[in-house]
Amino acid sequence: MTLLKTQKPSRRSFLRGTLAGTAVSVGVPFLDLFLNDRGTALASGAPLPQRFGTWFGGLGHTPGRGIQALEGTDYEFIHECQSLEPYKKEYINYFSGFNTPLDGAASAVHYTGWVAGKTGSVPQGFGVIPAPTLDTIIADKIGTKSRFKSLELSSTGRPIDSYSYRSSGNHNAAEVSPVNFYQRLFGPEFRDPADTDFKPDPRVMLRQSVLSAVEDDRSRLERTVGYEDKARLDQYFTSVRELEQQLEVSLSAPPALEACRRPAPPEDAPIGYEVETVNASHDTLSDILALALACDQTRVFNMMYTQAASEARVKGTTFTHHILSHEEPPDDHLGYQVQTAWFNERGYQALSRMLDTFSNIREGDGTLLDNMLVFVQTDTSDAKTHSVIGIPSMTIGKAGGRVNTGLHINGNSAPQSRIGLTLMQMMDVSIGEWGTKSMRTSSPVAELIA
Amino acid sequence: MIAENFKLFRESVAAIALVVAISACSEPAPVIEGTEPSLRRLTEQQYRNVIADLFGDHIVVSGQFDPILRQDGLIAIGAGNATISASSFDKYERLAHAIADQVVSKGNRDLYIPCAPARLDGADDTCAQAFLEPVGRLLFRRPLDPVELSQAVNLANRASEQLGSFYDGLAFGLTSLLVSPNFLFIIDELEEDSSGDPELTDYAKASRLSFFLWNTTPDAELLDIAAAGGLSTQDGLETQLERMMQSPRLREGVKAFFADMLHLDDFEHLEKDNLIYPAFDPQANDHAREQLLLTIEHHLLDEDTDYRDLFSTRKTFMSGPLGRVYRTPVSEPELWTLHEFSDGDGRSGIQSLAGFVALHSHPGRSSPTIRGKAVRELLLCQTVPDPPPEVDFSLFNEMGSEKMTARERLDAHNSVPSCAGCHRITDGIGLSLENYDGAGQFRTKDVGLDIDTSGNLDGVDYEDQFGLASALSQNPALPVCLVEQTLAYGLARDPGREAKDWVGYLTEQFVQDGYRFKPLIRSVAASENFFAVTRPQQNSAPETQVGALPNSTQGTDS
Repeated sequence: MTLLKTQKPSRRSFLRGTLAGTAVSVGVPFLDLFLNDRGTALASGAPLPQRFGTWFGGLGHTPGRGIQALEGTDYEFIHECQSLEPYKKEYINYFSGFNTPLDGAASAVHYTGWVAGKTGSVPQGFGVIPAPTLDTIIADKIGTKSRFKSLELSSTGRPIDSYSYRSSGNHNAAEVSPVNFYQRLFGPEFRDPADTDFKPDPRVMLRQSVLSAVEDDRSRLERTVGYEDKARLDQYFTSVRELEQQLEVSLSAPPALEACRRPAPPEDAPIGYEVETVNASHDTLSDILALALACDQTRVFNMMYTQAASEARVKGTTFTHHILSHEEPPDDHLGYQVQTAWFNERGYQALSRMLDTFSNIREGDGTLLDNMLVFVQTDTSDAKTHSVIGIPSMTIGKAGGRVNTGLHINGNSAPQSRIGLTLMQMMDVSIGEWGTKSMRTSSPVAELIA
Repeated sequence: MIAENFKLFRESVAAIALVVAISACSEPAPVIEGTEPSLRRLTEQQYRNVIADLFGDHIVVSGQFDPILRQDGLIAIGAGNATISASSFDKYERLAHAIADQVVSKGNRDLYIPCAPARLDGADDTCAQAFLEPVGRLLFRRPLDPVELSQAVNLANRASEQLGSFYDGLAFGLTSLLVSPNFLFIIDELEEDSSGDPELTDYAKASRLSFFLWNTTPDAELLDIAAAGGLSTQDGLETQLERMMQSPRLREGVKAFFADMLHLDDFEHLEKDNLIYPAFDPQANDHAREQLLLTIEHHLLDEDTDYRDLFSTRKTFMSGPLGRVYRTPVSEPELWTLHEFSDGDGRSGIQSLAGFVALHSHPGRSSPTIRGKAVRELLLCQTVPDPPPEVDFSLFNEMGSEKMTARERLDAHNSVPSCAGCHRITDGIGLSLENYDGAGQFRTKDVGLDIDTSGNLDGVDYEDQFGLASALSQNPALPVCLVEQTLAYGLARDPGREAKDWVGYLTEQFVQDGYRFKPLIRSVAASENFFAVTRPQQNSAPETQVGALPNSTQGTDS
């Protein structure tokens, strides 16, 4: 057994803490500090924690300007996606040719594609969320031991820009302010592993008591309402329980995770659609997120760079990214929409920069990227025509060695739900089939599975 | 074809409403079966209003509220279908502690807590109850039952003992009320009438009235009346309605309704390019929203006059930040002053105010399509079909489109038949508002060319926005839409087809009352139908539509 850091508190020291001067028992801490000799698993033999994330950038890339397919499953990132090339072989798979069979439903432009990819079902119109998005299903499986079951972030400045839903009326809104996000993660409630004199906060226990009292109302309330309202109350009480769990975590001493540290607080900065603002916000949120993952504050995240039909814009110009994608004529000589391509490229550069941040977080003999799986999604395969045929997507990360990487996988018109099913299975969700109608599938993408 | 079908649909809806209205002229109000009881999540504004009512404005409610997704055009309906996600509850809990800590702080406790504890360093059962019982009644909108009250008091006592401070412990008791579903949701509690049919309790009726008319919790008097069963008699109800209609809180209630109906929450994330529109700064943004509401408030409440004239009135209010947008001198820039546009200003009706046209524009330019869609959907309750999928925009990509006027760009769109149908529905309205740029500033030229503001609304041709104002004011769908939205807002439900006779009746009443809004909301609130409920369904129903992408113009633009 190897201790990766010196001067860590003994395990025994975790077992007792004090509450306002009184000795109390506290939960056995998460044992991540004890890694095996190779630094790839816990001493107990359990693997390092795996994380799942989604990343969304509206409008994707121009057809033909994202990758160059090479022989077999080999490929090369080009033009708008070129910034991802350094991560391709070791971490990224690119999916093309996966379809969104509509089964007679009208395609809601900039909407149907991502909803189908995240829920396995084609929505019947704008605003309908036909099933929980896969991140919530995965969070229920792998997110129960961290402080936050999942974190939703958006660099657009609008909390509504989050594509994480448990149902149409149960939306996980995004954190948009780096300052607020930092406070939530690393404010006074953060258990700093550098603090060797950890004492549980008695107020946290009282907060738990408040929540327990709230739960006592449950049966009385649920007797008085109809089926749908009872379901909504159930979701409310689930949220109460999740907060109780979050508080429970903060009552135990902080695990001494290798790369965990409290970052410096971000400066207050503007938020909005202006592209430099979007990118700055994305960078800052990503930096905080990386340390949140390193400190095991969450194991699931959803990051939105720009929303479907991206509203990103350049200061002083009258056309947004979305409008350009429709109205900008292709350059006579280059043959593509130059300004639209520029916006697309900025998005993938922001993603690449986030991967830089993640890869700088050491964990065992690898980095965060070795222990996560990120699903990269967009809304159309060709913004100019709103096509949902062959919407490109990617996976990033090794998921603890569970996933093969460096592959270009052509779905040959298979439903894109096969990708989502594979992701959930890789994240230990017990699911054999997923999706509805022609999106229903029991066939994971076999090439992905290591 | 789409345009023709749309027109037929629109005419049929308006015609049905008016026929029903005329036939209902001398009839008593039709009785509807009722709507299903609702469980509404408090909106952010309602939450803030309740806290302000209880504790005054100096208790700071700070922090981000997660948005409630709009449904069927209204946040009120979305609130009737929303739950509270884990991240939302996390925020509510933090907010509750922050509020409670302020209430019991040294500087504030004497204002709110009606007793001094027997000791400062521990529990005082009697004093805790003396504070929590009346506060709980206002938060839950009914008295706490004995179990609820003892639960909150016990919690306060335990916390006071553990923390060695009565007031710190009391804060936990208050927090337990602020995070309770009984506070965060407005719950239609039911009882059975003498026939065994479900009906709202008097407390639930009080809440329905109060949030409809005041957008806040029932006050103590209304709860007292409810406790005495006073809202179950027509006289008792009328007496309270009279009082509520006279209350200054009515202004907040009316503004909340129009803020919801006109999607004014979108101002929170409205962006204008500050290089292109330097005058439309964040302060102007806030004032543009407020100008709309002040104009509506003045017209409908102070002048108590014809709703339709709101779309042709020259009267509004002006402030210093807006003076820069309107390019008009403002004598008292720190204040709101009544202002009347002249002919040369080129403005008439709220649809010509900077707030309305800027809200329905792009960050750096105007959008006749978005504006036309807004008029159709928000003011006339008509549905503009979604953009067709698989349109190849390269068909009308043209070099130099940034140098084209909006009309020229839209002419290009209209070269594609599948686009042209819907653009005809919207653009005839929006193009007549082209004298206002993306920030609502008046102009006569676009990209250096004279602007042609001619247009058409449902068969009425006009040359400019004054013509649009006249056509819009006289459009038969305008008053029907207001009645429908008022009902949907008050019930937090789409009243549905079952209520069409009631809509017709109310529309007729509205006509007879000179299209005045105050009598309309009074008629709604005085009606048995407003409180009628059905037995809650015990089976699942299919998913309904919520939310929309920004401006719902995902397909195209201009």
